[in-house]
Amino acid sequence: MNPLHLLIVLLLLSSAGYYIGRKKAFAVAGGAQGIQKLHSRPVYYGALTAMWCGIPAIAVVAAWLAFEPSIITGLVLNGLPDEIRSLPDGMLNLLVNDIRNLVDGNIVSAASDPMIQQAADRYAHLKLISLTSLTIASVSLSLLALIFIRSRIVPNLRARNQVERIVRYLLIACSMIAIFTTIGIILSVLYEAIRFFQTVPVTDFLFGLKWSPQMAIRADQVGSSGTFGAIPVLAGTLMISMISMAVAAPIGLMSAIYLSEYANRRIRDMVKPLMEILAGIPTVVYGFFAALTVAPFFRDTGDFLGLSISSESAMAAGLVMGVMIIPFVSSLSDDVINAVPQALRDGALALGATRSETVRQVVIPAAFPGIVGSLLLAVSRAIGETMIVVMAAGLSANLTANPFQAVTTVTVQIVTLLVGDQEFDSPKTLAAFALGLLLFLVTLALNVIALVVVRKYREQYE
Amino acid sequence: MSDSDTFDPADPKNQKTVGNIRSDNPRMICRGVEVFYADKQAIFNISLDIGKNEVIALIGPSGCGKSTFLRCLNRMNDTIDICRVSGTIKLDEMDIYDPAIDVVPLRAQVGMVFQKPNPFPKSIYDNIAYGPKIHGIVTNRTDTDEIVEMSLRKAGLWKEVKDRLDQPGTGLSGGQQQRLCIARTIAVNPEVILMDEPCSALDPIATSIIEELILELSAQYTIAIVTHSMQQASRVSQRTAYFHLGVLIEVGPTDQLFTRPLHRLTQDYITGRFG
Repeated sequence: MNPLHLLIVLLLLSSAGYYIGRKKAFAVAGGAQGIQKLHSRPVYYGALTAMWCGIPAIAVVAAWLAFEPSIITGLVLNGLPDEIRSLPDGMLNLLVNDIRNLVDGNIVSAASDPMIQQAADRYAHLKLISLTSLTIASVSLSLLALIFIRSRIVPNLRARNQVERIVRYLLIACSMIAIFTTIGIILSVLYEAIRFFQTVPVTDFLFGLKWSPQMAIRADQVGSSGTFGAIPVLAGTLMISMISMAVAAPIGLMSAIYLSEYANRRIRDMVKPLMEILAGIPTVVYGFFAALTVAPFFRDTGDFLGLSISSESAMAAGLVMGVMIIPFVSSLSDDVINAVPQALRDGALALGATRSETVRQVVIPAAFPGIVGSLLLAVSRAIGETMIVVMAAGLSANLTANPFQAVTTVTVQIVTLLVGDQEFDSPKTLAAFALGLLLFLVTLALNVIALVVVRKYREQYE
Repeated sequence: MSDSDTFDPADPKNQKTVGNIRSDNPRMICRGVEVFYADKQAIFNISLDIGKNEVIALIGPSGCGKSTFLRCLNRMNDTIDICRVSGTIKLDEMDIYDPAIDVVPLRAQVGMVFQKPNPFPKSIYDNIAYGPKIHGIVTNRTDTDEIVEMSLRKAGLWKEVKDRLDQPGTGLSGGQQQRLCIARTIAVNPEVILMDEPCSALDPIATSIIEELILELSAQYTIAIVTHSMQQASRVSQRTAYFHLGVLIEVGPTDQLFTRPLHRLTQDYITGRFG
C-alpha cells in the first residue's frame, strides 16, 4: 500500500466514523424521539467521531513521511564501509542520490557498482518495512480512536463544543503554517547573508557606491576582488519602481474611478475584464515589448533630438512595468471605491455637490485606506519584478539619476549572481542573499509605513 | 370604489386623489408626476402642492412610492440610471425637470435628509462647512465659522459639540449624527428640506428631539417628510398625503385626515387594518 492509498483508507475510515458516531448518538438517545436528551445534535457526535478517527492517524502519517527518508538514509549509510562514510559531504550526497535513483528505477551513472546495488536493495527493503509498519500503526490508531470515542458517546457528552474547539485549533494551525514559513524563509536568507557579511563589511555593502561583484574563480586570475556596494542597485530598483508607479498610480486610480463612478453597467462589464487581461500577459512578453518596441522608440527619439539615449533604459522598463501593474491598482481600487456606502454619495449629491466633487471630496477620502493598500501591492509588485528589467533596463549597475541610462535592480542582480558557475560559498553568490535580505527589509518598511498611514487615517475618520 | 383587495392602481378611475391637493401659498407644485424604473411604473399621475413654511407628511405602506416621489423633488432619482420621471414639478414657478436647469443649484435649494444618518468621514466642522464651500457661499474662515455655528445652533447640536468640532462626525451618537445631517443641509440655506424617514434609525428620545427640531425649522423652511409613524405625522405636520401602491389616495389637513378620512383605503391604513 503506498501512502496515497493509505490516506484514502484513513479518510474512508474517518467518514465511516461519522456514521458510526451519529448512529451511536441516536442509539444512546433512544431513537429519533429522544434527541432532545442529547447535549448536541447527532451530526456533532458523528463529526467528533470522524475527527478522532482521522486527525491523529493522518498526523502520524504526515510526521512519519517527513522523517522517514532521513532515518532510512542514516541506516543505509551506517551499513556502508568506513572508507565511503568518511567521504566529504558533497560526495556522500551524490552517493545517496545514486542509491535513491536506483531504488526508484531511474538511470544512474554508477549502476554497475555492486556495493551501491547492495545499499539500494537495503534501502528498498527498509522502505517496505517502514511503509508496512506505518500502515499498521495508523490504521490501528484510527480504529482504536474510533472505539474509544464511540464508548464515550453518552447523552451529556458536549460534542458540539468539542467539535467547535477542534475546528478552531485546525484554523489556528493553518494560519501558523503561513507564519512559520515566513520565519523559515527569513532565517534561511539571514543565515546566508550573515556569512556574506563575514567577508564583506556591512557598511561597505550598505553605503558602497560601486557594484561590481566579479570574483576570481582561480587564484591566478587578476584584478577581480569584487566590490559590493548596494547603493547603485537599490537606486536602480527605486528609480524603476518610481517610474512605474508614476504611470500606474494615476492611470489605474482614474480608470477605477471611471469604472465605479461614471461608467454604466454595460461599459463596466466590458471594460473591467479587458483591463484585467493586462494582468494576465506573461512578464516575459512585456519584456519583449519593452526591449524591442519601447526602448528603440526612446533611442530613436533621442537621436532625432540630438540626445544620446542608450537602447536599454530605466525609462523603457519603468513605463512598461507601469502598464503591467495598472490592473492591480485599478481592480483593487475599484473594489474599495465600490465598497463606499451609497449613502455617502447621496449625502454629498443632495447637498448639491457635482459628481466629481463627490468623488474627490467624499468617496476617495472614505476609500483612502483601501487605495493605499492597492498602491502598496502595486509597489511591491514593481519592486519584485525581474523579467522586464532584465530585458529592457540592462545589467550594468550605474549610479545615475538619468532615467534614459541603463540601470539594474536588486532582483536582476540576484538572478545574475545565482545563475553563474561560482562556488556557492563565494562572496559573489552569497551577495544574492544579502540583496534578498535588503529587498525584504525595504518592502517590510514600506508595509509598516503604509500600515501607519492607514491606521492614522482610520483613527481620524471612523 | 372597489374593495382594497381588488384595487387596481392602473385603472384610471382609481387615480382621482381625494381631498384638496392645492395649497394657497405653494412653494412646489407637482402635476401628473409618474416614475418608471425601467419598464416598471413606480408612481402614477401624482399631483400635489407643497405650501410655503408647511410641514407635509407623506405616509403609506412600504413600497407605496412615497420615497420615490420625495426623491423626484430634488432630482435625486437622476442618480439611478434606469429611472425615468415624467410630469411637471415646479419650484417657485421654475420647472425643475427643464433640460436647461442645473441640478447642482437645485439641490442646494431643495435639501435632503436621509433615513440612515450619513455624515461624511470628516470632522464635525468640515461636515457642515462642506456644502457652503462647494457653493461658494463662504470664502474665508470667519464666514465659515459663523455659518457652522449658526447651522449647528439651528439643528440644536451646538451646545453638545462646540468643544469638539474637529472630531469626526461619525463618532457622534445616531441622533446627533442625524441632527448633524440636518445642520449640514441647513448650511447651504435651502428653501425646501426633504426628509426620508429621518427617525427610523433612532431611539424614542432622539426621535422626539428631531421632531421638536422639525417644528422649529418649519418657521423658516418648507419641509416634506416621509414617515412610517402615524403619530409622528400627526405631531409634526400640518398636511398629510396618503400613498397606496404608487397612487396618491388622499391629501388633507393632518388632524382631519387622521380623524375623519374621506377614503376607505386611508381609513383602513390609519386604523391599522393593513400596512
